[in-house]
Amino acid sequence: MLDDKDRIFTNMYGWESFSLKDAKKRGDWDKTADIIKKGREAIIEEMKASGLRGRGGAGFPTGLKWSFMPKESDGRPHYLVINADESEPGTCKDRDILRNEPHKLIEGALIAGFAMGAHAAYIYVRGEFYNESSSLWKAINEAYDSGLLGKNAAGSGWDFDVIVHRGAGAYICGEETALIESIEGKKGQPRNKPPFPAMAGLYSCPTTVNNVETIAVVPTIMRRGANWFAKLGRDEKNAGTKLFCISGHVENPCNVEEEMGIPLKELIEKHCGGVRGGWNNLLAVIPGGSSTPMLPKNVCDTIHMDFDSLREAGSGLGTAGVIVMDKSTDVIQAICRLSQFYMHESCGQCTPCREGTGWVWRMMKRMVQGNATVEEIDQLFEITKEIEGHTICALGDAAAWPVQGLIRHFRPEMEKRILEYRQNAA
Amino acid sequence: MKKPFDLNADYQPESFEFTKAYKKHAQELIDLYPKGRQQSAVMPLLDLAQRQVAQEGAKANPPYGGWIPRAAMDHIAEMLGMHKVKVYEVATFYSMYNTAPVGQYLVQLCTTTPCWLCGSDDIVKATKEHLGVGLGETTPDGKFTIMEVECLGACVNAPMVQINDDYYEDLTPENMKQVLSTLAEDMKPSVGSQTGRKASMSAAGPTTLKKEAKKAKVI
Ligand SMILES: Cc1cc2nc3c(=O)[nH]c(=O)nc-3n(C[C@H](O)[C@H](O)[C@H](O)COP(=O)(O)O)c2cc1C
Ligand code: SF4
Ligand code: FES
Repeated sequence: MLDDKDRIFTNMYGWESFSLKDAKKRGDWDKTADIIKKGREAIIEEMKASGLRGRGGAGFPTGLKWSFMPKESDGRPHYLVINADESEPGTCKDRDILRNEPHKLIEGALIAGFAMGAHAAYIYVRGEFYNESSSLWKAINEAYDSGLLGKNAAGSGWDFDVIVHRGAGAYICGEETALIESIEGKKGQPRNKPPFPAMAGLYSCPTTVNNVETIAVVPTIMRRGANWFAKLGRDEKNAGTKLFCISGHVENPCNVEEEMGIPLKELIEKHCGGVRGGWNNLLAVIPGGSSTPMLPKNVCDTIHMDFDSLREAGSGLGTAGVIVMDKSTDVIQAICRLSQFYMHESCGQCTPCREGTGWVWRMMKRMVQGNATVEEIDQLFEITKEIEGHTICALGDAAAWPVQGLIRHFRPEMEKRILEYRQNAA
Repeated sequence: MKKPFDLNADYQPESFEFTKAYKKHAQELIDLYPKGRQQSAVMPLLDLAQRQVAQEGAKANPPYGGWIPRAAMDHIAEMLGMHKVKVYEVATFYSMYNTAPVGQYLVQLCTTTPCWLCGSDDIVKATKEHLGVGLGETTPDGKFTIMEVECLGACVNAPMVQINDDYYEDLTPENMKQVLSTLAEDMKPSVGSQTGRKASMSAAGPTTLKKEAKKAKVI
């Protein structure tokens, strides 16, 4: 278990206020100018050495991503965009940062913004988080009033602004180019890549999009050193601490900061009071938010919660939204509901996704009843393969994977359902 | 996802204008974006229009909730120098903009898998029974509209609902009805967890940082 002394988010549950005064007591904004005075290259090198990988789902190395920004401005401004859209079912960690640790995010924005040559950061907060964005604005205004933002931010010699842009209810705006479109005042529909945002992002200017948690851990890494962060976790590619959200059939669902690579079983038993009815009552776990394929119990017994362990098990760490299902769960219905989600959230611009997500949902609804043939299970799998990899953005893949995971691990259950339906009909 | 949007419905008012206070706020929002990029303010302005309508609606008899009339979209298009249809496109793309009238309290019931696993069906049932309306319907007194929505990003406090700007979490059919009864009298229920747990912390008490928890008198 992660030592308390190594926790970054010591106020994630809001025991103290989020105000600047309390945040400073917790160590935020301590000699920020000294960090910035190390220079752009040094900060990026430190981030690379820390092994930090993006916490928004894809796990791309953060330092490397920052290094893609042009070294010199060609006259266009550079932008940092922070992704606080948090809409992946099972995920509710960024909310805790926004409402209880906003100063970690704001200080991180300044450091990250400086490292990529940006004078402004836009934080895109999902519209439903109204109270959370109000807290964030309050914290930003405190930072301005204390000279931590604005001209010569925190005495660093760097001018920096932070602006909150509220979304309005669209999962797809979490996809980075849809998010950029949305800030520009358009429908949130993903762009074709290339060009990548680092070349032409917000207002066609060089832009980097990072998740809230990614940016909020930056000040602590810079203060305690890359080495400290890199030593935590499973290995150098799966390093540091991580916020986990554990929902569903556990005794005590909660969010918790733990070490990257913690065994799933330990995570659930130490922090959530175990699976409802005991570990042997476990059916399956969706380990990283709704897009990641589920793991049956026998895999859950030994799996470690990090990017590479989960990838090797045919799933992913995603957003670390751990959805636990006990043996009472109708697992076909659980996935069917996710198919409905993806159908609802498809932005509609690619045919395989727009049409395919509807097909999948309608077939899944019949699978729940058992009103299907066994061959249709293969057909359903085929359709998900037709969607996967044939679309502009990864929502298509995200819609395909949960169904593939179901078929891979629970095909006998689906066949049984079909047989029962036939017998009842006869 | 496209939402139905009827430009010429009976309920559409002839005109809309921001009041003085809202206009000032609108200008502040426009100023957040770089010069020449005022289109970026279309989302904040649509939200503002919906809030102004909600404020008027709370005083009306029967009351109504926040929604965005076509006239408001046209007004915003003019303010930002956008084609009207571009504003309609944005207004219909995002689920939080109500393009038709709704009740004073918009009850959004999350039923996505994590909430469903924790009993959102029971919350939907209790809400329907208590208010006597179905999903997508408004109570005859104009107070409540209920609808099903996708994950609201509070899954460890499932099941949960959003009513106007606030989240109500850790729901049971009983405490859900209590929240609705309180709102029916235009009083404010306590927001967040309805079982009194602190944010996303384990209901059994903190499993980490116990020293800090003691200092903060959490345990
Ligand atoms: C459909 C879809 C939804 C996404 N939603 C989110 C989200 O809500 N929050 C987030 O940080 N990243 C989300 N992402 C990932 C972003 O596109 C992007 O990879 C991420 O913000 C990068 O930040 P990171 O490098 O710090 O992880 C989503 C991606 C897709 C395809
Ligand atoms: S994959 Fe789906 S959500 Fe993504 S761009 Fe295509 S239609 Fe839109
Ligand atoms: S599933 Fe209901 S809040 Fe996430």
